[in-house]
Amino acid sequence: MRVLPVLCLLLASVTAHAETAQQIGHTYATEAAAGQAGFMPSAKRGETLFRQRFAHNDKMPACTSCHTDSPLNAGQHAVTGKTIRPLAVAANPERFVDPAKVEKWFGRNCKEVVGRACTPAEKADFVAFMSEVR
Amino acid sequence: MKHIALTLLLAAALPALADRLPLPADTPASYQAECGNCHLAYPPALLSAGDWQRVMAGLNDHFATDAAVDAKKWQEITAFLERHAGNAGKLGSAGDPPRISTTARFVRKHREVPAKLWHDPRVKTAANCESCHRGAADGNYSEHDIAIRELKR
Repeated sequence: MRVLPVLCLLLASVTAHAETAQQIGHTYATEAAAGQAGFMPSAKRGETLFRQRFAHNDKMPACTSCHTDSPLNAGQHAVTGKTIRPLAVAANPERFVDPAKVEKWFGRNCKEVVGRACTPAEKADFVAFMSEVR
Repeated sequence: MKHIALTLLLAAALPALADRLPLPADTPASYQAECGNCHLAYPPALLSAGDWQRVMAGLNDHFATDAAVDAKKWQEITAFLERHAGNAGKLGSAGDPPRISTTARFVRKHREVPAKLWHDPRVKTAANCESCHRGAADGNYSEHDIAIRELKR
């Protein structure tokens, strides 16, 4: 009988780590709404961000420089040539399931491509696009 | 007796001939996650300990990219690279910043590759081992398993 609560706790701690893209997007949306009342994530704005060219990095001016024009496709690192698995959840269910990993790559890639940190609103929109694109 | 010596010699020479460089069994997951996402998780034996230390000391400006990692992962990855680093004398100088492709060993091993192929769109850069060595991720760098037809032998 004592085993059951322990088991439940264990199970909860294991599952707590993996999240869905919806949950990860929701966390960003909540953060965005704190500074902007009524904020709702938009896959359309996320797509615009994905395609936008920034005047920061010649070798990778946009997300599409490495991730190609369609997030459903595998990409290729613009500098090293390494294959990058698709960003879209529909093509790669391992995307947007680990909040720490998502935050790490927003951190690295926004700095490198956009030239600044992305806002919670931008992240929420981006995750919405990647979750919905088919 | 001569037989045993010969067999031993052959056994010792074979792995070198096959150019097998698999990642060590104790490779931390952080090495693959932090380094192996942007480029192949290079075999640590391809740079000397001193050169790996230089690489790890400059991660915030790693070939024009900020590849900084948190302190715990930094320790773990640095210790792993030092543990399995190659022999500095045999590798030769890797330059500054250290590049695997600058070491005398790398240059010698690739001396038959025509200069123009390094800039071929299929290859892009010498950092892209897998463009030619399709089994590189599994440690297979054999010259008999090359993906690019012109380089097949």
